[in-house]
Amino acid sequence: MSIAIRANRLTPYMFMAPAVLILVVALLYPIGYMVYASFLDWSPSQRIGEADFVGLRNYANLLTDEAFRESFWVTIKFASVVVTLEMIIGVGLALLLDRNIRGMSMLRTIFILPMMIAPIVVGLMWRYMYHPTVGIFNRTLKSLGFEEGIPWLSDSTWSFVAVVIADVWQWTPFIFILSLAAMQSLPRSALEAAEIDGATGWQKIWMIKLPLMMPVLIVTLLLRLIDAFKVLEVILVLTNGGPGLSTEIVALRIFRTAQEFQELGEAAAMSNSLLMLLMALTIGMFVFNKIQEGRAERMRLAANQEAH
Amino acid sequence: MPKIVLEGLVKRYGSIEVLHGIDLEMQENEFTVFVGPSGCGKSTTLRMIAGLESVTEGEIYVDGKPVSHLEPKARDLAMVFQDYALYPHMNVAKNMSFALRLQRRPKAEIDEKVSAVAATLGLTPYLNRKPGALSGGQRQRVAMGRALTRDSATFLFDEPLSNLDAKLRGEMRAELALMSERVQKNMIYVTHDQIEAMTLADRIVVMNGGYIQQQGSPEELFKHPVNKFVAGFLGMPPMNFLDGVISNRDGKAFVEGAGFSIALPPEKTAVALSHPAKDVTLGIRPSDLVYDPAARDEHALSLSIVVSEYIGAQTVLLCDCGGQKVEVELKSTIPIDKSGQLRFAINPEGIHLFDQKTENAL
Ligand SMILES: Nc1ncnc2c1ncn2[C@@H]1O[C@H](COP(=O)(O)OP(=O)(O)OP(=O)(O)O)[C@@H](O)[C@H]1O
Ligand SMILES: [Mg+2]
Repeated sequence: MSIAIRANRLTPYMFMAPAVLILVVALLYPIGYMVYASFLDWSPSQRIGEADFVGLRNYANLLTDEAFRESFWVTIKFASVVVTLEMIIGVGLALLLDRNIRGMSMLRTIFILPMMIAPIVVGLMWRYMYHPTVGIFNRTLKSLGFEEGIPWLSDSTWSFVAVVIADVWQWTPFIFILSLAAMQSLPRSALEAAEIDGATGWQKIWMIKLPLMMPVLIVTLLLRLIDAFKVLEVILVLTNGGPGLSTEIVALRIFRTAQEFQELGEAAAMSNSLLMLLMALTIGMFVFNKIQEGRAERMRLAANQEAH
Repeated sequence: MPKIVLEGLVKRYGSIEVLHGIDLEMQENEFTVFVGPSGCGKSTTLRMIAGLESVTEGEIYVDGKPVSHLEPKARDLAMVFQDYALYPHMNVAKNMSFALRLQRRPKAEIDEKVSAVAATLGLTPYLNRKPGALSGGQRQRVAMGRALTRDSATFLFDEPLSNLDAKLRGEMRAELALMSERVQKNMIYVTHDQIEAMTLADRIVVMNGGYIQQQGSPEELFKHPVNKFVAGFLGMPPMNFLDGVISNRDGKAFVEGAGFSIALPPEKTAVALSHPAKDVTLGIRPSDLVYDPAARDEHALSLSIVVSEYIGAQTVLLCDCGGQKVEVELKSTIPIDKSGQLRFAINPEGIHLFDQKTENAL
């Protein structure tokens, strides 16, 4: 093989090299660092080289750690509740607002405002609104004759409801905007054909719109799910995990394990567990895409074969 | 089956008016064909009848009742869309049975209907395919099949055969003609293809620029076009037009132009001589020009060949007549001198006269 040809073959890799380098440094190094740290008994006062290697002990500890198991459970509960609510409300709103009324573009812009606010600010905002005496909710309840008010952030059930409401408020627009985009790219004429075929508004939604939007909806759902598993700031500001452990999600637990308990190795192990869960979700999403592509590919092949 | 009447139908998109008052009465069980050049408003008219497009002015009556405020599904019609409009997530069988499934018909009936229609359209091998895995022509047949599985009172077709190859198109045309006789429904059909229009239609509606130019039976339109547009639009190869002047020679009317001087038949004489404007266009279809070296001057055109197109049994000759273009057809077996002048006798019944300015028939 001549040098020229060999050089030619290497050219694409040379072009890729800078990107790969950045990726390795920026992405893989921190992750590798964290994975390595999860095998150490490491406190913030030590340099990483000084920490003792303890093998899988940190992971074994997690299995018996009641508080961690509780936070894992809270996270799953939180993520599934908020994502379900957000999907239903977001897609529902998109279905309602998918029409050409004047001022609709303005309305759409207003709808996505919550997404643009920094999570810390959202947390603070809602904390004032949930305030037991001067918050807008309890004052409104009071003016309606409910003297008691609701212990928004001091009761373990209500505090869960409170963080769910805040998250739904902030993230429904994300789903709304993606499903609206999906809906507006649906083939108009297929919907017209359905009208001619005698479909009612509901039948059009269930039999045409939703099935056609499904690929986008599933990706949206997974993106949102992954994000919901990592939520931290809003809850940190709003309840700081309390009362008790009722709103302590894994991210908060990790934060506290590292900050308060100074157990960096243990925190890294927790992060890795969360990472693995998210990986499973991402792979799920990937596999879903592959299956869809595979199906389309097989049909194309079948079509070609018969054409010849 | 109902009688559909369009009354003063106007369509405006914002300030653009695309239909300028369409008046049309379609009889019961009539096969009506809309033809016209691209962009003349055929699809728009069809979509207004279907209820997919709002009516700006005017009204649509079905059996005497105004329907323009009704939703499409209340109008009892099936439609084949110009762009197929298949449901991408359903296979062919599901696409075709969608309306029936919405009506909650028994499964056995649905299956029977679908397989019968699929068989006539040659779609049986593809029943389990999604539209994405079909060719354009196959999709178009599915769109057709979806309409045919329904037993609506009215069928609307928007260029349903435009994407098929010539052979398949011929077969489907015959199939449609058969069906329209068998099922006795209202059919409203849009096409560019004048063979489709001529063979299928009970009534042809020729449109141009948002106006109806002429409507009537295929024969009526072919024999008595009301203006130059209709005359030139129907018939293949198209009608020849020669500009000339009417002259009166001892009570006999002639049309004279560069390279020709044709005597008009007696029944055209009066109308030609009484017409105020003398500048006219003579229209003669290629089929009314017969090769005849012995024809007399006043009944014949002398032509010199510019291009000769051999198309099998026939040869189409593109000729020159005093600077104007004339197309004629000739049996390929007739020996001709391609370099000389050829004489073609004019069938006197095939002479059409149009005013040069207004382009209306005399
Ligand atoms: N939404 C719209 N806004 C403005 N003009 C439109 C709109 N839809 C159609 N038109 C115009 O209306 C006219 C008629 O369109 P239409 O689709 O009825 O034509 P057509 O006769 O079906 O043509 P083709 O044979 O190419 O399908 C066209 O000139 C088109 O540009
Ligand atoms: Mg059209």
